[in-house]
Amino acid sequence: MKLLLKFDFTKVCNTILKQKLEAHQFNYQQTAFGEIELMAKVSEEQLKRFHDDINDFGIEIIEDPKKIVIQKIKDVIVDMVFNERDVNVKTSVYLAEQLEENYNYLSNLFSEVTYTSIENFIILQKIEYTKILLTNEELSLTEIAFKLDYSSVAHLSKQFKNTTGITPSAFQRIIAKRKQIN
Amino acid sequence: MNSDYINIALADDDEDDRLFFTEAFDELKLKSKVLLFKDGIELMEYLNDGDNTLPSLLFLDLNMPKKSGLECLKDIKATERLREMVIAIYSTSASEEDIENTFVKGANVYIKKPNDFEKLKKVLSEVVTTNWQYQTSGLNKDNFLLRL
Repeated sequence: MKLLLKFDFTKVCNTILKQKLEAHQFNYQQTAFGEIELMAKVSEEQLKRFHDDINDFGIEIIEDPKKIVIQKIKDVIVDMVFNERDVNVKTSVYLAEQLEENYNYLSNLFSEVTYTSIENFIILQKIEYTKILLTNEELSLTEIAFKLDYSSVAHLSKQFKNTTGITPSAFQRIIAKRKQIN
Repeated sequence: MNSDYINIALADDDEDDRLFFTEAFDELKLKSKVLLFKDGIELMEYLNDGDNTLPSLLFLDLNMPKKSGLECLKDIKATERLREMVIAIYSTSASEEDIENTFVKGANVYIKKPNDFEKLKKVLSEVVTTNWQYQTSGLNKDNFLLRL
């Protein structure tokens, strides 16, 4: 028997984090997505045990201030794309607002640390979301283009091909064939 | 990324191709450790030894003596411990059908070997940065398909 699953990424992450924080009996407050404030002092040893525990779930505590900003940028973009946020302003304005920083600063920092630009990262995320909608929800490319605010199907189709080197229909075909084999 | 190495491996029977490949990586900005294998048997022996560090990204030439890239791909995907590696097929031109077939069998990337060094650098850099995004941004690796 085969089951296809759909994830609410934000909820999955928050639930795991909550369970782990409670298991370690931390007194905390969540201040933002991926950001918590510990209300009582915690020893290095406790923190290390917590870190080892959440690491198994692909969660990491970040310390480098640059990496913290990068992670926030990524979180805002992923949330924007995967939760289909209605953003009425330009993405650059939206990011600057959400992070309370100048966009040029964010953009330069992002390119310096990740070797890709914010623009490319957004495209990559949109294409990833398109892949999920194509294979798990079986939406047509036309429906997806509308959902993700593309000016036309042709535009999405072209961006898909430019990013992955393959067409959306070839992608669908490959994933379907893989599922048949496994 | 600045402080971390990525472990990369290439299996290719052509000595010139192996040399080009390592030189291209040396010239990229990112730090990498490149392991080289000259055929599929040598590669699989290394991978199947539990003491060895697994590369996160493996480039496989399709046409190799003793054991072909496609046979290696099949064995890798059938082995639990090796399944997480990202596989890039690195080959001279093939038919559309063959290319699609490697994706179906579990390859993530298909690269047609460029004959120009600058182009090779560009292509490898694109593979590595895309791979990096998949590893650091929690993307679903099953959906990682890239053709260059």
